[in-house]
Amino acid sequence: MTTTEPERTGPGEPRPAPGARRAPGQGLTWSLRGRGPEDVPVLADPGPPLGRPAGPATGRGVRVCVVDSGVERDHPLIGPLAGSWVVVKDAESGEITVEPTTTGDTCGHGTACAGIVRRTAPECEIHSVRVLGERFSGTGDVLMAGLRWAVEQGFDVINLSLSTTRTRFAQELHSLADSAYFARTVIVASAHNTPVESFPWRFASVISVGSHQEDDPELHLYNPDPPVEFFGPGQNVTVPWLGGRTIRTTGNSFATPYVAGLCARVLSAHPRMTAFQLKNALYLSAANVRHAPRPSTAAGDIRDDSEN
Amino acid sequence: MTQRTDSAPSLSPAAAPDADAPRSELLQSVVDVARAIFGAEASSVFLLDEEADELVFQAVSGQGEEFLVGRRFPAGRGIAGWVATSGEPMVVDDLSADPAFDRSLAESTAYVPNSLMAAPLISDSRILGVLEVLDPSPQARSGVRELDLLAMFARQAAAALRVITPERVREAEQRAASGAGLLEGARREDALKLLGSLERLLRGTG
Repeated sequence: MTTTEPERTGPGEPRPAPGARRAPGQGLTWSLRGRGPEDVPVLADPGPPLGRPAGPATGRGVRVCVVDSGVERDHPLIGPLAGSWVVVKDAESGEITVEPTTTGDTCGHGTACAGIVRRTAPECEIHSVRVLGERFSGTGDVLMAGLRWAVEQGFDVINLSLSTTRTRFAQELHSLADSAYFARTVIVASAHNTPVESFPWRFASVISVGSHQEDDPELHLYNPDPPVEFFGPGQNVTVPWLGGRTIRTTGNSFATPYVAGLCARVLSAHPRMTAFQLKNALYLSAANVRHAPRPSTAAGDIRDDSEN
Repeated sequence: MTQRTDSAPSLSPAAAPDADAPRSELLQSVVDVARAIFGAEASSVFLLDEEADELVFQAVSGQGEEFLVGRRFPAGRGIAGWVATSGEPMVVDDLSADPAFDRSLAESTAYVPNSLMAAPLISDSRILGVLEVLDPSPQARSGVRELDLLAMFARQAAAALRVITPERVREAEQRAASGAGLLEGARREDALKLLGSLERLLRGTG
């Protein structure tokens, strides 16, 4: 597997390499014994006001990885990919590897997701990791390997319009999602379309997305009653499909890349934002989140303000 | 789209012809009901043959009924393949807008849908196959609610199917041979009753 060092190259400085990419005990800050605030300075990006990226935010310099069924090569609505990979499981040894591929998409689903990312963040870099379409891979280990690989590459945003119901992967996926979160790789994951337990969208360290039923293609909502945290446009969405054409389709799968694209746009304008800042930006800019005025009280004066 | 290629000589490698009869009856009922729910041109059930890594047409209602049963295609391909691998339902529309698509599919099935809904047959976390509905009536497609309805129906069908899987049929036959059981017949009846009542319910309210 390659280990290209990920650096966001948008406006501002390249993002600092986060310590969480290292193995435990190798540079992680476990305590501040013997060190003070001046030893751990942080140069922050406050992020966009009210969570909305400014007009020119196009995703430029942001690396997005679509973990799915592959992406059709040179689809007119997607353009060339920055990288195309496939997860292969050896039939005899069971060994799982990630290899470069030119095979495109085996079903259209990954092409649809990549197209929505492209539409939302036109100038982002799109990479594809194919985890479907080889030997039947419904057991989850190929998905697991593809996601792990993408996290290791340090992509800024990973779109995962898939989940696994196999509970034996839950713990491993949870650790992986947490590693990604600390390493500033944002996993945007589809909630299952039916009310079943599946992973990793259930975890708080990912951005989980379901579909609302509104026609507005630029509407996202925050769910005050998670586990699904956000809703995006996923009903009757026009998407690129195999053969250079488009179809219309419905499902959480297609709401997710819209939110992934939003993340790419925000990050292109504010490359130093952390995963929790990004989630906050989505929260603040959600159409159903209203901003109550601040209580007009003096500092330290705490009282109930019935008008808020 | 799904590739529909070679004809398979038997319905399933795991099933003997007589053991397969109740299952065929059940699956035919599933596709007939699915077609009725969505006012569709056709409906089909594919079962997953894990060893061959293929999906097999097991029952068809409507267009293609006469010649599709038994055909196989690779399990990781097409919309049915994605549904079988991901365990998620899916709806696509405007499929036939592109003439290139018409040609490729028409060659193998002689029927080109404009829209298609597919849901996995999942029981006890195991994916048994895929239920597809082709060209549902315009009122009955493309929405999140329709997707939910198809997924719910597929889950019920999978539960019924699991009651009479070939493995269980074989076990029942072994028990019968040793003089111990008539359970299989009762289970089959339960499963068919379940679907029958659902069909009445849906027809009554639809």
